[in-house]
Amino acid sequence: MARAVTTQRKTINTIVAWGIGLLIFFPILWIIILSFKAEGDAIKTPIEVLSSAWTFENYGVVQERSDYSKHFFNSVILAFGSTVLGLIIAVPAAWSMAFVPSKRTKDILMWMLSTKMLPAVGVLYPIYLLFIRLGLLDTRFGLVIVLMLINLPIIVWMLYTYFREIPGEILEAARMDGATLWSEILYVLTPMAIPGIASTLLLNVILAWNEAFWTLNLTAATAAPLTAFIASYSSPEGLFYAKLSAASTMAIAPILIMGWFSQKQLVRGLTFGAVK
Amino acid sequence: MATQHSRSAARLMMAPAVILLLGWMLVPLTMTLFFSFKKYLPLRGDSLGNGLDWVGFDNYVRFVSSSSFWPSVVTTLLIVGGVLVITVVLGILLAIMLDQPMWGQGVVRILVIAPFFVMPTVSALVWKNLFMDPVNGFLAHVWRFFGATPVEWLSQASLQSIIMIVSWQWLPFATLILLTAIQSLDSEQLEAAEMDGAPVTSRFFYIVLPHLSRATTIVILIQTIFLLSIFAEIFVTTGGAFGTRTLTYLIYQRVLESQNVGLGSAGGVYAIILANIVAIFLMRIVGKNLDA
Amino acid sequence: MGSITLKQVTKSFGATNVIPPLDLQIDDGEFVVFVGPSGCGKSTLLRLIAGLEDVSSGVIEIDGVDATAKPPAKRGLAMVFQSYALYPHMSVKKNIAFPLKMAGIDQAEAEKKVAAAANVLNLTDYLDRRPGQLSGGQRQRVAIGRAIVREPEAFLFDEPLSNLDAALRVNMRLEISELHNELKTTMIYVTHDQVEAMTMADKIVVLHAGVIEQVGSPLELYKTPRNKFVAGFIGSPKMNFIEGPEAQKHGAATIGIRPEHIDLSAESGAWKGKVGVSEHLGSDTFLHVQTDFGLLTVRAGGEVGLHHGDTVWLSPHEDHLHRFDAAGMAI
Repeated sequence: MARAVTTQRKTINTIVAWGIGLLIFFPILWIIILSFKAEGDAIKTPIEVLSSAWTFENYGVVQERSDYSKHFFNSVILAFGSTVLGLIIAVPAAWSMAFVPSKRTKDILMWMLSTKMLPAVGVLYPIYLLFIRLGLLDTRFGLVIVLMLINLPIIVWMLYTYFREIPGEILEAARMDGATLWSEILYVLTPMAIPGIASTLLLNVILAWNEAFWTLNLTAATAAPLTAFIASYSSPEGLFYAKLSAASTMAIAPILIMGWFSQKQLVRGLTFGAVK
Repeated sequence: MATQHSRSAARLMMAPAVILLLGWMLVPLTMTLFFSFKKYLPLRGDSLGNGLDWVGFDNYVRFVSSSSFWPSVVTTLLIVGGVLVITVVLGILLAIMLDQPMWGQGVVRILVIAPFFVMPTVSALVWKNLFMDPVNGFLAHVWRFFGATPVEWLSQASLQSIIMIVSWQWLPFATLILLTAIQSLDSEQLEAAEMDGAPVTSRFFYIVLPHLSRATTIVILIQTIFLLSIFAEIFVTTGGAFGTRTLTYLIYQRVLESQNVGLGSAGGVYAIILANIVAIFLMRIVGKNLDA
Repeated sequence: MGSITLKQVTKSFGATNVIPPLDLQIDDGEFVVFVGPSGCGKSTLLRLIAGLEDVSSGVIEIDGVDATAKPPAKRGLAMVFQSYALYPHMSVKKNIAFPLKMAGIDQAEAEKKVAAAANVLNLTDYLDRRPGQLSGGQRQRVAIGRAIVREPEAFLFDEPLSNLDAALRVNMRLEISELHNELKTTMIYVTHDQVEAMTMADKIVVLHAGVIEQVGSPLELYKTPRNKFVAGFIGSPKMNFIEGPEAQKHGAATIGIRPEHIDLSAESGAWKGKVGVSEHLGSDTFLHVQTDFGLLTVRAGGEVGLHHGDTVWLSPHEDHLHRFDAAGMAI
């Protein structure tokens, strides 16, 4: 801004912004509030809800029944497993594309991104069939592979952009200083790329955690992560608002926290660099 | 930078990623294509072992001529279109708002961004039950407070409800992208315009908006690709009923519910073609950026 | 020791030929400067010598041994980059020690060498700092330290002073020249700034579009440029060129005369002109004089009391007049 902003204007901005922000955030806030209320209170009018007693019982109930922790554990394995596996495959690929580019590098990169745009439903049955044949249906291993494959383009892409930001001259200097390819990667490239790798890990763990197509269709009792588990609440019996809230809060809390740190990565990772 | 030694090493390092993605794409795609030309109803005893009958383009014709086809296309267009309009318009407004000087900007950003990180099943169920339930939902209580009859969201206004839920989820994405774009606008341009005597609204329409046009296009293209295949929200709320059956959901039903694999595969091919068309536009913009 | 020979070296990027067949001899201990306008191939040539780019054809010999196929690390050369290229995540000490680590030298030995280099460059107080905490000049010295510690056959400098401000540039120029006097190692220095070239070099190589226009000592290039390009490139302000009838009078297609070789008079002289813009530096005054054959730049010592619009007479020193034929070559 070119000139000093009046306090009055700043105050108005603040009030309007906070108001709209809270409005948008409200559903999440409501979930958290309801999770601490008794079921009978959860269905009352909002004012009554707020004035009723707080309780931890829902968290206890959800934990005990239906192996909540198992599904949580599955989410963790699927999200981190697929992302780490993806990183292992993507780091060498992104390295070679960023530092030894050829005429076809750009085309290959774009082709990789285009695989992410394949509608999942178009290949649903073949994958389903393959999974049955290979005995991968409802296995964590199978889901890790699938989630890795759908996020691989983004992982490669993000690492590529981070690697490109490393000044080429520094790697040349390492070469002049006598570093072999391996030394170059170990002592110079990786330390400089760690922030980029961490950011990529963060965003893709979030994307894998929230994935709700393959996790819904390829899992059942054993490998179902939280996405599928919550979906099972869609045909409940009896009062369940508070329990649903507790289950939801636990399911989304880790990601909300991680999401706070990953805003910049989101822009970089999902707009494929078209917006800076 | 590149010597012979590096080039062959590079090719080797790219190989796993390329091979895996190639397999991920080609194998299921060819299978889908294969099934689309066959009659395959596993529940009625067809199986790959027994050999499947070739039916040519039958499935393709049947899919398009089915009475559910055009409604599903319309539904898809309405949902995608509705969400796009809401997220882009509100996104621009929110982005401008977040760009203003205020106290606690960081916190407001978090509040606005949060919905994107909620998993779709949670978001859908919470909206369906905690908010839209006509008896105990939050909105029902509010409606009653003002003396009106609560709306039966998911049965009477199901399309609007889905649009609302999905928009709530994707608004943060649009806002974040557009905010990034606004913040990349060189303030000197705006200052020059101010020196030239342009009032605030003119500066918005002649400088800010054109600058945002590129980011807006990106938002629209990327969101379209992801919105075409939304699934969980419909699965968990209406199950495709009350006119919320999108093309994606229709295909899903044909393949996994009614188990007419041939028909569903043909539908899948249509969906792939449609997504590819959008993708071509997006890739052109991305491609231009890669050269930069 | 540090002699480098280039024989019929060419370089093409795809279909574009950047350096046509080029021969060059650099003797041990020389301070050679590659100079030329942007895009003339001087940096490319340096990188070919360093081994960071492969030659398209030709031979590069280092100390009489064919080094054309050798990777950079094995050529015994050290390079100082324009952007310094320091490792941001390592301390100054680790930066300077890195080449020694790569060479497998044991730690105690390495520490001694690092301390010695730091001493020469006044970096001892900064050894534990990170590059991000240093000023431009300090970073430059760390880059030089990293090169010194390798005890190379030759140092390669790629426009090392471009990123420094004017005052710092002058200081660093002196420091690098001092370093050369002390170490007596061959140094190849790339710059587009002809002042740097003139003040630092034993031998200057003037490049234009990949072709060597002239090789010689600074004074040689100043006094006897081989062609119009070298004549116009060396010397600041640029040499004045005059074509047409006035040039033919002196038996050439073009004549050239440097601003410092023209006498001024308010009364009489060979050429008549009107004073345009005048630049007052205190020590000198540069007058831009409009004449019948174009705008000429004239240097006068001190203040001359001439103003915009004044009529003035110019007389070139006949023995400093340069003649060029129609192809631009010196006659």
